[in-house]
Amino acid sequence: MKKSYLVCLSLLASFYAMAQEDSLGGMNMDAVYERPFLYNAYDRISVGGYLETHLEYKGEEGVNEGYSFDARRFTVFMSGQIAPRISFFSELEYEHGTEEIAIEFAAIDLQIHPALNIRGGVIMNPIGAFNQNHDGPKWLFVERPEMAVNLLPATFSNPGFGVFGKWRFGKTVLGYEAYLSNGFDGSIIDNEEGKTFLPAVKENPGRMGGSGNGALFTSGKISLKNPVFGELGFSHLGGVYNRFEGDGLVLDEKRRMDAIALDYSKSFEKTSTLLRAEFTRIFIDIAENYDESYGENQSGFYLDLEQVILNPELRAWPDAKVMVGLRFDYVDWNRDEFPFGQGEIGDELYAGSFALAFRPVSQTVLRLNYRRQLNVDLLNNPPTRGGAWFLGLSTYF
Amino acid sequence: MKRSLILISAAFLSFYGCEKTLPSAPAEHDLLDGPISGLTPAENAQFLAGDEGFSEVFTIERGLGPVFVASNCASCHPGDGKGTPFVQFTRFGQGDTNGNQFLSQGGPQLQHKAIPGYQPETLPPGAPSANFIAPSVTGLGFLDAVDDSTFLAFEDPNDLDGDGISGRAHFIDLPEYVRVREGSVQRNGRYMGRFGKKAGAHDLLHQTAMAYNQDMGITSIFESIDPYSGLEEDPEVSTQTVNQVVFYLKTLKTPIQRNSNEVEIGKNIFNNIGCGSCHIPNLRTGSSPIAALNFKDFQPYTDLLLHDMGPELDDGYTEGYALSSEWRTPPLWGLGLSKDAQGGRYFLMHDGRAASIEEAILLHGGEGATSRSNYLGLSENNKEDLIKFLESL
Repeated sequence: MKKSYLVCLSLLASFYAMAQEDSLGGMNMDAVYERPFLYNAYDRISVGGYLETHLEYKGEEGVNEGYSFDARRFTVFMSGQIAPRISFFSELEYEHGTEEIAIEFAAIDLQIHPALNIRGGVIMNPIGAFNQNHDGPKWLFVERPEMAVNLLPATFSNPGFGVFGKWRFGKTVLGYEAYLSNGFDGSIIDNEEGKTFLPAVKENPGRMGGSGNGALFTSGKISLKNPVFGELGFSHLGGVYNRFEGDGLVLDEKRRMDAIALDYSKSFEKTSTLLRAEFTRIFIDIAENYDESYGENQSGFYLDLEQVILNPELRAWPDAKVMVGLRFDYVDWNRDEFPFGQGEIGDELYAGSFALAFRPVSQTVLRLNYRRQLNVDLLNNPPTRGGAWFLGLSTYF
Repeated sequence: MKRSLILISAAFLSFYGCEKTLPSAPAEHDLLDGPISGLTPAENAQFLAGDEGFSEVFTIERGLGPVFVASNCASCHPGDGKGTPFVQFTRFGQGDTNGNQFLSQGGPQLQHKAIPGYQPETLPPGAPSANFIAPSVTGLGFLDAVDDSTFLAFEDPNDLDGDGISGRAHFIDLPEYVRVREGSVQRNGRYMGRFGKKAGAHDLLHQTAMAYNQDMGITSIFESIDPYSGLEEDPEVSTQTVNQVVFYLKTLKTPIQRNSNEVEIGKNIFNNIGCGSCHIPNLRTGSSPIAALNFKDFQPYTDLLLHDMGPELDDGYTEGYALSSEWRTPPLWGLGLSKDAQGGRYFLMHDGRAASIEEAILLHGGEGATSRSNYLGLSENNKEDLIKFLESL
C-alpha cells in the first residue's frame, strides 16, 4: 500500500515537474495535472477521478419542479508516464449518469524544455480559467458559473495540437498555451435556443472526428502568477465557424467568431479567503439574413468569494473546514440594439448564490447552495424570477 | 465540534423547508399566459405538450426556412402576448377583393429572413402591402367556441340602425383540411373567418397551419407547399404537434380584468361614446367538447366582424374578400397587460403604430370616427377614466 502511494506521488511529482519547474505552480493551466488520488495500477498507469451528485429544488415564478436528484458527473482520469518527458493524460466524463459521455481531455505531452512542451490529442481550449480548472470538488457551488456554461461552452475540448510552457522571473511565473484545433460550427447560431449560443456546439460530437469547415481554430492564453498579486490570465479563442464551402462550391461567406477572456484568482492565506473572477467578451459575424435577436456581441462575468469560517478539528478529519461562498453571475447574450432606435436588446441573466460547505478533507466537499436569478428576455419585459436550492456532494477518488 | 455539527445539520435540514424561499407566483390577473381553469388531467397533459410545441425553436435541420420570418411561435407572441415592430411581418400582393396577384412572387407573406447562403424575399415592385404585428393568443379557444349566429347577430352591413357602424362577417374560402365548425353558417360556399387581422382564418387549425408555413417556412400535412420553392414537401412538423399546439391555443385562459371596482366610470364612458358597439364586452360560448369552454360567459370586447376604419388605417392591402380599409375588431382583453410583453411600452393597432391607448383611439376613422369624436369631446378627467378602464382589461 505504502509503495503504491509512493509510486503514485512520484508520478504526480513528475507530471508536476513537467509543467513547472518550481514551487510557484498551481496555475489554472496546471489543473489537469494537479489532481489528487491518482492510483498507480501498473507502475506506468495511474487512475483517479471525481464524482459530483446533488439534490436540487428549483422554481420559477411560483412554479416549482419539486425535488430531484442528479448524478451530475462521474469523471475518470487516466494518466501514464510513457518515457522520460513523455506523458499522457485523459479525462473521460459521464454526465447525468450515462446521458452524456465525453472525452474532455486526452493528450500526449512531449517536453522539449520547461518553456516548450508540445501537446497533441483532445485538448481543452484554454479560454478563461474555468475551462481549464473545473473539477467539481474544487468548488463550493453545485452549479458552474453561468458565463462558463451558458456563454462560453464549459470544458470545450477539441482535437488539436499546440505548445505550452512556463518561465520564472523571481517569484513570478509566466505561463503560456497556444493551440490549433477544430472549433465551432453553424449551430452557435442555428440552435434550439433561438439565439447566438456558443455552448450549442457541444451537441455536435462530430467535431472530434474532423473539422466542419476545414478552417483551423486558434486558442491561446497567457497567465502571470505571483504570490502577492495572484494569477491573472488573458485568453483568446477564434476562427471561422460556418461551413462556407461544400465539395468546392461556395455556400456562404466565411464568418468568424472570437472570444476573449480575462480571469483572475487570488488566495489570501492569512484570512483563508479565495477570490476568483472571470470576464469574457464574444464577437460573432452573423449573416445579415438573421435579425438582431441573434447577438453579434456578448459578454459575461462571474465573481466567486470563498471564506473558511470554522476549523472544527474533528478527530477523523483534523483538517476539516466549514466554509461559506458567494457568487455573482451575469450574462448578456446580446449586447446589440434594436433597429429604428427601439433601445437596447435584453436577453440577460443576473444571479446571486450563497454556499455553505463542509470540507472534511480537501478533496471532498458537502455543499448547500441557495440561488436567486433574474432572466430578462429579448424585449426587456419584466424579468422572470427563479430560485433554487442544491445539496451536493463531490469528491475526488 | 458540536457547534459546527449543529450548524451544518441545521443548514442541511433547512433544505426541506425551501419552498417558501423560492420566488412566489405573480397574481393570476397579472399574467397573460396559463391554462383555463377546470381542465381535466388529460387536457392539462395536452396543454403542456402544446406549450412545448409552441416554444419549439426550429433549426435548419428541423426544417426552418430556407426563407422565414421567425424560428418559433413564441418569438412573435412573447409570453403569449402581442408582438412588437421588431418582430413585425409584412403581407403583400392584394389590394382589392379580386384575390392575391402576387402569389407567384412569394405572396401573401414576405419571408424577410433566410438561412445562410439563401437570400430573403424582397417586396415585389408595385405590390400592395401592410406590416402586421402578431396578436396576443390568450383566450382564443373561447372565441373559437362561440356560435356563428352570435357574431352574425351583430352584423349591420347596410347600417340600418343608422349608428354609423355597419360591421360584416368575413366569409372566406376554406382549404380542404379545415373542418367546418358545427352549426357554421355558409354563404356562397364560404364560411366565417374569425382569426387574423382581416379574419382570414376560420379556426385555430387554419391559423396555426398557415403560421407554421408562412412564418417559419415549416411544411405540414395541412400546408405542404414550401414558401421558398413553391413545391410540395414532406411534413417538417408532425400532425400531432400541430394538433397539440392548436389545443394549447384553445385552452389558454382569458386575461383577467384588474381593479374592476375602480373603473366603473370609465366603463360607462366606454359604452356611452360607442366603443362597445364593435368592442362587444360580453359573449358566450356554445357547445364545446372541452368542458371548461362549454357554454361559458366571457368578456373579450370584440365582435370579430370587419369594420371599415377609414383612410387612417387603410394601407392598401387586404385579404380574402375584405376591403383594404376593413379590419377585424381586435379583442381588447389583456390590453393593459400587453406592454408587459412588448418591452414595457405599447405598440397598438395592426402594425404597432400607436404608442399609447389614446393614440390608438385617435387612429379610429371610418366606422370608428363617431366614437373618436365623442372621445375628443370628453373632459380630461373622463378621458383618464376611460384610459384607466381600458388599462384594467
